Amino acid sequence: MNVFFDAISLLISADNDLLMIVGLSLWVSLVAVLVATLIGMPLGAATALYKFPGRKILVVILNALMGLPPVVVGLLVYMLLSRSGPFGVLGLLFSPTAMIIAQTILVIPIIAALSRQIIDDLWVEYAEQLISLGASPTRRMMTLLWDGRFSLLTAVLAGFGRATAEVGAVMIVGGNIDHATRVMTTSITLEVSRGNLALALGLGIVLITLSLSINAAAFLVKEAAENRQV
Amino acid sequence: MIAQPILLLSLNSICFKASGKQLIKELSYQFKVGPRSIIIGPNGAGKSLLLKLCHRLLEPSQGHIQWHVEAENKSNTAFHQAMVFQRPVMLRRTVSANVEYALSLRGINKAQRRARTEEVLGLTGLSHLARFSARVLSFGEQQKLALARAWALRPRVLFLDEPTASLDPTATYEIEKVINAIHDSGTQIIMTTHDLPQAQRLADEVLFIHRGRLLESGPATTFFAGPTNQFAQAFLKGDLLMWDRPETKMLGD
Repeated sequence: MNVFFDAISLLISADNDLLMIVGLSLWVSLVAVLVATLIGMPLGAATALYKFPGRKILVVILNALMGLPPVVVGLLVYMLLSRSGPFGVLGLLFSPTAMIIAQTILVIPIIAALSRQIIDDLWVEYAEQLISLGASPTRRMMTLLWDGRFSLLTAVLAGFGRATAEVGAVMIVGGNIDHATRVMTTSITLEVSRGNLALALGLGIVLITLSLSINAAAFLVKEAAENRQV
Repeated sequence: MIAQPILLLSLNSICFKASGKQLIKELSYQFKVGPRSIIIGPNGAGKSLLLKLCHRLLEPSQGHIQWHVEAENKSNTAFHQAMVFQRPVMLRRTVSANVEYALSLRGINKAQRRARTEEVLGLTGLSHLARFSARVLSFGEQQKLALARAWALRPRVLFLDEPTASLDPTATYEIEKVINAIHDSGTQIIMTTHDLPQAQRLADEVLFIHRGRLLESGPATTFFAGPTNQFAQAFLKGDLLMWDRPETKMLGD
């Protein structure tokens, strides 16, 4: 029980180390989700709307990649960014950028696969009307993305959940360096191994509160908007 | 000397096949400028399919469809037509935004979009709902909005696929008023229905289709006075033309 109170007092005292870890975690995850959304959402919409060779294979791959093992992604990004790798010259290994790259790779399939399903369902409803009105393929995609925005928010949230909870890949490519690449999940792992359960629990509480708050906010926005738009 | 009717759309021996089944069979017809053409026939006759072929939502397996439009407009016949479906498809936006969206696809500038939207919403009696979400309207209001959205495009031809199916008599009357107003404004109406009283109210000419074949066509007054085709006679009498009835096998499948 003492550990719990220690964790709460750490949070109340707004410990500098804790704030820095939380800040970096948010930054890395938000940027990764933003980049993954910009890539994954049009990719998902395109696989739903356009017929091209290998489309079905791409759909299967996207679905399969939703369960991509983070440590494998971490390893691949590590090999690409290490000194002997093709992008070693950029010197990105053990930096927040490397962690963003790894998380982006993990989140893209989630957002793309969920977006594909959402857009596919909407397309069944809209197809004849949009073609009849003369919407170009690009305009059709834009319309479906806009009209499906509230459902697509769920896909983005799923991606954000994956990014914030991720530990294996960021540990490998970030190195869990204090005041540089230490984020909530890697920090919890380290503090548990050190026996510093108060800080680990404090970070755990922040992680869960953050996840709950973002999901609750998104739920409320979606509810309000859907009540207005139906 | 009698003036020749102006041709609008020619269907030349069109066939449509899906999943190995011939759904439209060697259908030829010339739609002329002016009369309201109503396509009637029992369920499964191929009425909606025929409209979708005319509107180019589907391509015929054989034969061809020819629009008789000015040479400069030949390349873009889609812009001369609009279609309203049996089940109105409302975009997830307001009533006025639904109309403006359709106009924006035709490259019409914002000021004109607004003006035309206000105009058609006024003409269809939907002005008071302009700021409402289109998806909260009643089914009848949504169908009226679908008509307004199509009307705003000022098409030469408007295809209507059973626009009053599943509407009550009051809503049907309202929709028919709008259809007549659109026709009076100079837009050709080509519509399907299996509602015979409605066909009698709206039709100038009738096309009777059964099992993908055009069995009879002509002026509405002549058709309803006494069609020559036995299936058309049976349909007017209210005898259902079921797919598996022995007599329908005579059609050669």
